[in-house]
Amino acid sequence: MGMTITEKILAAHAGLDKVEPGQLINAKLDVVLGNDITAPVAIKEFRRTGKEKVFDKEKVVLVPDHFTPNKDIKSAEQAKILRDFAREQELTNYFEVGRMGIEHCLLPEQGLVGPGDVVIGADSHTCTYGALGAFATGVGSTDMAAGMALGEAWFKVPESIKFIYHGKLQEWVAGKDLILYTIGKIGVDGARYQAMEFTGEAIESLSMDSRFTMANMAIEAGGKNGIIAPDRITEEYVKGRVKRPYKFYYSDSDARYSQIIDIDAALIEPQVAFPHLPENTRGISEAGLVLIDQVIIGSCTNGRLEDLRMAAGILKGKKVHPEIRLIIFPGTQQIYLDAMREGLFEIFVEAGAVVSTPTCGPCLGGHMGILAKGEKALATTNRNFVGRMGHPESEVYLSGPAVAAASAVKGRLAAPQEVI
Amino acid sequence: MLLRGKAWKFGNDVDTDAIIPARYLNTTDPQELAEHCMEDADPDFPQKVSKGDIIVAGKNFGCGSSREHAPIAIKAAGVSCVIARSFARIFYRNSINIGLPIMESPEGAAAIEEGHEVEVDAKEGKIKNLTTGETYTAAPFPDFMRQIISAGGLINYVAERVKKDG
Ligand code: SF4
Repeated sequence: MGMTITEKILAAHAGLDKVEPGQLINAKLDVVLGNDITAPVAIKEFRRTGKEKVFDKEKVVLVPDHFTPNKDIKSAEQAKILRDFAREQELTNYFEVGRMGIEHCLLPEQGLVGPGDVVIGADSHTCTYGALGAFATGVGSTDMAAGMALGEAWFKVPESIKFIYHGKLQEWVAGKDLILYTIGKIGVDGARYQAMEFTGEAIESLSMDSRFTMANMAIEAGGKNGIIAPDRITEEYVKGRVKRPYKFYYSDSDARYSQIIDIDAALIEPQVAFPHLPENTRGISEAGLVLIDQVIIGSCTNGRLEDLRMAAGILKGKKVHPEIRLIIFPGTQQIYLDAMREGLFEIFVEAGAVVSTPTCGPCLGGHMGILAKGEKALATTNRNFVGRMGHPESEVYLSGPAVAAASAVKGRLAAPQEVI
Repeated sequence: MLLRGKAWKFGNDVDTDAIIPARYLNTTDPQELAEHCMEDADPDFPQKVSKGDIIVAGKNFGCGSSREHAPIAIKAAGVSCVIARSFARIFYRNSINIGLPIMESPEGAAAIEEGHEVEVDAKEGKIKNLTTGETYTAAPFPDFMRQIISAGGLINYVAERVKKDG
C-alpha cells in the first residue's frame, strides 16, 4: 500500500519509513508561527517550559498582523510582547509594521516555507502553505509554545480525501470559487481531522495565488491540512525564494484515501457563501437580490496580486455604488508596492475605494471597517460566522474578488458579467 | 475525577467567534475573557453560568479560529466540561493542552436537555444524567493524550521532558 503526499511528509519528519492514518507521531518542525493574538499566550507558556532559548531562532516566525498598526492600548501591549520577545531571542523572522504583511501571504512570499516542510502556526489558516506541497496546520498557543521549546509537535496522521477537479475553468472563476463550491458540497465539517488533497486538470493550471486561496480554506471544511502536489508552477515560485533545501513529495498511485470526490470544475460559476457559514454557497446566478453596505477585498485568502488585478480589471473606469464602502487590503508590503507600480491603486481610488495598509483589519472584526447592527458586507475573506466582522446582528457574504468588485459597483450581489 | 453541574445546551457548528468574539482578543486575561464567554451565541450566558456547569452541544463544536482564548474563556467561566457530538480539531487539541475536560459523546449530546443535572467521570469516559437516570459513554482518549492530561497539560508535560533531558 502506497502513501499520500501528507503521509510521506509526516513520515520523513518523524524519522519513519512509513506512517498510517490514525498513528500518533512526533514530527520535527521547519517553521513555528505566531501572531499578535496567539503569540502573547504562547510566550507566557514558553516561559513555563524551563527553556531559555527557542529551538532555532531562524525557524520561529512572529508576525504582528491582526490588530496592527496597533488599534488601541491593549493591542499595543500585545504587539509589544512579540517585539520584546523577538529582540530577546534574536529572532531573524520578526516582521515589524512597515515590513509586515498578513502572515499567510507573507511567509510564502518571503520564502520562509518550502515544499516538503512541516509547519505549525498558532493561526487556523496556517494550512495555506499546503499550496506549496508542504504539510502545514493550525494549532493553539500551547502547541506553539511547546513547538518553540522543542522544535517538534505531536500529530495524529490524518486520513486523506482526494478531490479531483476535471475540466477548464470558466471566465472569472478562480481558486476561491473552487474552494467555496467544495465546502458547499461537503459542509463545514466534511473534512474534519482529514487532509484535503486537491488534484486534477483544473488545479494543474491554477496560479500559485489561487492555490494559496484554496489551501487557505481547508480549515473551513474542518480539514487538518490542504495540500497540492508541487509542479512546474510551484518550482517557479520557490526557485530563488526559498533559501533552505526543499523536497517535492508526491502521492503514490496506490495511496489510500478515505474518499475520492470528482468535481466537474468546468460547470462551476462564481460562488457566494451566504451567512453564517462558509458552506451556505450558491452560484452567483442564484443569489437573488441582496443589497449590501460594504465590500472588502483582501485578507490571507484573497489579498494577493492576482486578486487585486482581477478586482481592478472590473473597477477600471467605473464608480463604486454611492451606498457602498469599498475597502481594499493588499496582503503584504511587497504586494502593496507591486499593485501601486502597476497602477492598480489609481484605478481603486478613482473608483471611490479606500486602500489600506496590510493588516487583518476587518476580516476578524478587529478594526478598519467594522459593521454596524443590521449591516451587510460582501468580503473576499474566509469566514462569515455570526459577528465575525462587527455587530452580532450584522451579516457577511463571502466571494472571490471578481464578484466582490462587481458587487461594489452595483450595490448588491452581482456577477462580473453584469459590469463588464 | 467527577465533574458535576447543570447542562447548558447549544446547537451544531458553534464557532470560536461565538465562544469568544474577536473584539475581545486584545487581552489574554482569563477572567476578562470569561466575562464574554459564549456571548454571541447567548448574550446572557456569562451571567447565567455557575461554577461546575456543563456545556452540551451538537457537531463540530469549536470550529473556526485556532484561538486558545476559546477553551480558556470556557474554563475561566467555571464550566467544568464540554460534551459534544463532535469537536473541531484545533479546539479538541487546545482543550487537551490547557486541561479543559471534553467528551465526545453523540449519545449524551443528543439526550441531555438544558437544565439537566449531569455527572461526568472524565477518566472513565462515563456520563450520568442525574435528572433522567440515563448513562452515556464517551470515546476514550488515546494513551498519549492521557499522559498529557495527567501531567496537567502539555506545558507541564514538556517541562518534565526538558528537565529530564537537562
Ligand atoms: S486575514 Fe483574516 S483569516 Fe487571515 S490571518 Fe488575518 S484574521 Fe485570520
